[in-house]
Amino acid sequence: MRYSGFNLIKNALSGHKNWQPAWRDPEPKSDYDVLIIGGGGHGLATAYYLARNHGITNVAVLEKGYLGGGNVGRNTTIVRSNYMLKANAHFYEHSLKLWEGLSQDLNYNVMFSQRGVLNLAHTPGQMDAYARRANAMRLNGIDAELLDREQTRQFIPMLDYSENARFPIAGGLLQPRGGTARHDAVAWGFARGADLRGVDMIQNCEVTGFLRDGNTIQGVETTRGTIRAKKIGLAVAGNTTTLTEKLGMRLPIESHVLQAFVTEGLKPFIDTVVTFGAGHFYISQSDKGGLVLGGDLDYYNSYAQRGNLPTVEHVLECGMAMLPSLSRIRILRHWGGVMDMSMDGSPIITKTSIKGLYLNCGWCYGGFKATPASGWVFAHTIANDQPHEYNAAFTLDRFEKGYLIDERGAGPVPKAH
Amino acid sequence: MKIKCPYCGVRDQGEFSYEGDATIKRPQTDDADAWREYVYSRNNPRGPHKELWSHIAGCRAWIVVERNTLTHEVYNSYLPGENKDD
Repeated sequence: MRYSGFNLIKNALSGHKNWQPAWRDPEPKSDYDVLIIGGGGHGLATAYYLARNHGITNVAVLEKGYLGGGNVGRNTTIVRSNYMLKANAHFYEHSLKLWEGLSQDLNYNVMFSQRGVLNLAHTPGQMDAYARRANAMRLNGIDAELLDREQTRQFIPMLDYSENARFPIAGGLLQPRGGTARHDAVAWGFARGADLRGVDMIQNCEVTGFLRDGNTIQGVETTRGTIRAKKIGLAVAGNTTTLTEKLGMRLPIESHVLQAFVTEGLKPFIDTVVTFGAGHFYISQSDKGGLVLGGDLDYYNSYAQRGNLPTVEHVLECGMAMLPSLSRIRILRHWGGVMDMSMDGSPIITKTSIKGLYLNCGWCYGGFKATPASGWVFAHTIANDQPHEYNAAFTLDRFEKGYLIDERGAGPVPKAH
Repeated sequence: MKIKCPYCGVRDQGEFSYEGDATIKRPQTDDADAWREYVYSRNNPRGPHKELWSHIAGCRAWIVVERNTLTHEVYNSYLPGENKDD
């Protein structure tokens, strides 16, 4: 059923008793053209674009839990494309352009709100670095504005601009087209769009092993039986290496926990996304009124989908330094998601040495904003057995060949990206 | 999380700094594959993990910690070189 004002009124008049589920709950077939492992944002987007862009509809998405129960439902919902390096800039800008039309394309309101993303600077050196990044962004055709202290104060007046600020605000880098989206709706919208085109969503179906004939992938063993397929795409960031381990592959990835927080609901307070420049902290306000915030990783390998208290303290200290009025607001919930931290901070979307096996992993902190483009280029890579121009650089062999995409220049230290 | 430093005893995790996988070995060869594995590839286990921590806000010793990455349980800790199997 297409969602529209007309259908809303029609269903209202019949007491909202005739709405159909947004997707089916089919039994897995024994054979598919393409299997996508992982029913998160990227897996669902990949299935959607396989059907929409490439006409490949004999596809199943296998999810060990429920659709959208992992990182796509756990992030802080920020969307931006303020990258400096060419490969990242073009990829994330493609993503931002897809975000701009996503609700219309999916016929599902993902509540994308271009409220701007502002990165604060606290030193002249940071202002220089932001000027450089803003110039690189503009040369790549991406919107960027450098704000001085006064312009920053006008844009977001409730920060600490006093003489007492531990890290006085010097200015900031603003991407006006950045913003936030409703993360769950993104998963649901892609799932519904793929389902309408014939893709099977198989939930509670954990992959336990792979079927191979020599160097060719043939299918998977799952908790719901054997499923064969000519092509298999992995989109299970956070748990990528637990699956590739079964194939004898070692990857340039470590899993780390990233926490996120939401406060009690408030009246409209922050109408943008703002990040602290003297520590790692970012904050925005959801449409329900809660402040949504986050900070650093917990800094050690972890698969626990929960956080640890030292990081809670650290994140909230950063928040207090930037926005002292946070002090009287109560945290409602905090939770953790498992990140695939790659060795250069950039993702891997590629064919592998095993025929018919494709990898989509290494998203670090940045997976949510990439969701549409990730699905777009991963579908292209799977359909054509070769990468799209926007993921041609996101290979596995870039590590041995020295073509790292290290936006932060932090080196092969996953926790530092 | 609490970690036992062989010199200082059981201390809060906040006193320690994390370095990473303690099982990787610097290759004694100039083979490029061996160096790629050493610099970039990790086993990244979901479960028991041997890792290096530094007691940065204490005695500053480097220690090997055996810890579970799923439950955060710390099993054991000792000085590098103490375990002949490493």
